[in-house]
Amino acid sequence: MDLNFTDEERAFREEARRFFRTAVPESIRAKVAEGEGLTRDDMITSQRILNQHGWATPNWPVEWGGKAWSPVQVYLYQDEMQQANVPAPIPFNVSMVGPVIAQFASQEVKQRFLPMTANADIFWCQGFSEPGSGSDLASLRTRAERNGEKYIVNGQKIWTTLAQYADWIFCLVRTDTTAKQQEGISFLLIDMKTPGITVRPIITIDGGREVNEVFFDNVEVPAENLVGQENKGWDYAKFLLGNERTGIARVGASKAKIARIKELAAIERSGDLPLIEDPKFREKLAAVEIELKALEMTQLRVVADERKLEKGRQNPASSILKLKGSVIQQQLTELVMEVVGPYAMPFQRDFDGRNEPVVGPEYATEAAPMYFNYRKVSIYGGSNEIQRNIIAKAILGL
Amino acid sequence: MDFDLSDEQRLLKESVDRLILDQYQFQQRNKYMTEPGGFSAAMWSRFAEQGLLGLPFPEALGGFGGGAIETMIVTEAFGRGLVVEPYFATVILAGGLLRRAADPALLALLVPQITAGKLKLAFGHVERHSRYDLANVTTTARKDGAEFVLNGGKSVVLHGDAADKILLTARISGAQMDRAGIGLFLLDAGAPGLSRRGYPTQDGLRAAEITLHDVRATVLSDAALPLIEHAVDEAIAALCAEAVGTMQAMHDLTLEYLKTRKQFGRPIGSFQVLQHRSVDMLVALEQARSMAMFAAVMAAEENPVERRRAIAAAKVQIGRSGRHIGQEAVQLHGGIGMTMEYSVGHYFKRMTMIDQLYGDADQHLASLARLGGLFGATG
Repeated sequence: MDLNFTDEERAFREEARRFFRTAVPESIRAKVAEGEGLTRDDMITSQRILNQHGWATPNWPVEWGGKAWSPVQVYLYQDEMQQANVPAPIPFNVSMVGPVIAQFASQEVKQRFLPMTANADIFWCQGFSEPGSGSDLASLRTRAERNGEKYIVNGQKIWTTLAQYADWIFCLVRTDTTAKQQEGISFLLIDMKTPGITVRPIITIDGGREVNEVFFDNVEVPAENLVGQENKGWDYAKFLLGNERTGIARVGASKAKIARIKELAAIERSGDLPLIEDPKFREKLAAVEIELKALEMTQLRVVADERKLEKGRQNPASSILKLKGSVIQQQLTELVMEVVGPYAMPFQRDFDGRNEPVVGPEYATEAAPMYFNYRKVSIYGGSNEIQRNIIAKAILGL
Repeated sequence: MDFDLSDEQRLLKESVDRLILDQYQFQQRNKYMTEPGGFSAAMWSRFAEQGLLGLPFPEALGGFGGGAIETMIVTEAFGRGLVVEPYFATVILAGGLLRRAADPALLALLVPQITAGKLKLAFGHVERHSRYDLANVTTTARKDGAEFVLNGGKSVVLHGDAADKILLTARISGAQMDRAGIGLFLLDAGAPGLSRRGYPTQDGLRAAEITLHDVRATVLSDAALPLIEHAVDEAIAALCAEAVGTMQAMHDLTLEYLKTRKQFGRPIGSFQVLQHRSVDMLVALEQARSMAMFAAVMAAEENPVERRRAIAAAKVQIGRSGRHIGQEAVQLHGGIGMTMEYSVGHYFKRMTMIDQLYGDADQHLASLARLGGLFGATG
């Protein structure tokens, strides 16, 4: 047992640290640190910088720009990126649709989409959830009927993150209403400019606009935009959701947040003392730090194990990464809000950005919205209750 | 970076796991507890034969030459077995102190006796109001020629009644809570003026109250606190691993129970509320296992602050995970979990006492907070 990284791995960590902290503009990283929303341009700029360096799509097959990194390198890449407050490459592009296209689509579709997806020349969004199909995703009803060389799509998606920025949407659609639920679903790529698509914002409790409803009214989609085979979409969706198991813990991002909390709590005061010296506050913070350290160790155990597992098999410990990682992220946003005290109160923006002059310290403005916003992390990507169902079944055999 | 065991460590693990499986089923353990002294003399000899009593001692002295990882392997298995022999007191705790404080001649004398199973040891440091503070010492040591004369007493000395020799702290100089002026002494259990009263502990082990009245002793170290703290940090790492074995056993028992116990015509494990609680036990277990590994790796760290942070963090995690898993294990078993005749309650009790040993979760959390936490202020 040895927790030290090899010389090569340490050098790689250094290279990643230097790159992330010098190549990606400070203005973008500061927004991430403070929990401020990024603009579409910010995300594209950041991803293109990564892509020019060959680091936007390390998880893809090598022939499409992947790096074939070891699990440890992937871990270090994510850890350094998150600690530097560099935005992750657009997840819909890089973690979701890219790998599905690379794995299942025709050569033509790959050539058409993958390079543009890597460089964020296309901004993707994900059309999975529907009003009646959340945790029970396979019950989805958005219909795609084949008509010659086209599909005609009708229905509605919801919780579509950043649909307002998106050029394209990848959708799960029902192509066979007679088959078993999971066997009548297809994976379809749809240009957001197609007539019949309407995007309507959903404003979340933090006041932000991240998610949307997307309506499809007789939308005509060329049949060549089908990924893989018709009615096999559920398999592709499962493949998509099974990717990215370790990054989901977001340990590096939580480390960055702890560092920020310590900085801010040294500025804010509690009576005669900086807040960071208030025993009660620092014990609360230390308690979260311990959970995070344990999670980091758990993640490293998973990473070390991935080297030995045949692809697709899952280390039981990996299942707790999302459960625990989401709760830790939420606890830290609570602490940020507590640090700023009464300056959590002013509501200083509507969904398009700030609409009031800043009240109090600049860093306080996002504290409460970030806390409210982060309640999502135990809901999206399969709620923590669904994660428990999965663990109970797959790991505990209950 | 890897979590693999070396070939030698794997062999050790296989042999200890086998020993616990064959010789330490719950009924066997209950029988050992009824033997004189509250543990099995035969099992103690067996530990000696398998080299376990020499685990942390140098090979040159006939020891196994193991480190914190080897200790983790053994104590985790012992946690699953709820081992009642004075292994922690003799080998881990006193062994760690002797390695640091005894001169080569004394080590050469004692280590072969320990590894052969002929010498049992204990370490006394708790006093009426010391709580978990190793520096809070009122027992006095007055210099008299080459020796010292000790007066006072020690409480809750683990396996103090079975020990042939007893290590203990006494104040040579300074005020009650000064870090300086604390001596570590080695006493024969039969030394004139030393009396002891043994009793069972909640978890089926033994402890003793020791009183000292003009007891003559030689000093191993007259500025002993730093070495005691390091030895205790190592011992805490060992306790963390033992706790993981204990938690694993409770998790396994509970899972098995959920799958076999039927109510309302089906296994109770088919109820979602119990499934989710079982998952939360697994999460607590894996977090604890991760921190026990971290503690084992950091136990040898010479920088006392870095070591302290890591050990404190691990003990907090173990305390919290252990309390959660222990309480849930009893609850999910229902009535049977409350009974002395069933094993799960005994794991629960051992786990609970581990939290009370060498600082509970609250105490270590406060200590970590004072040291500024685990992560730096600048990423």
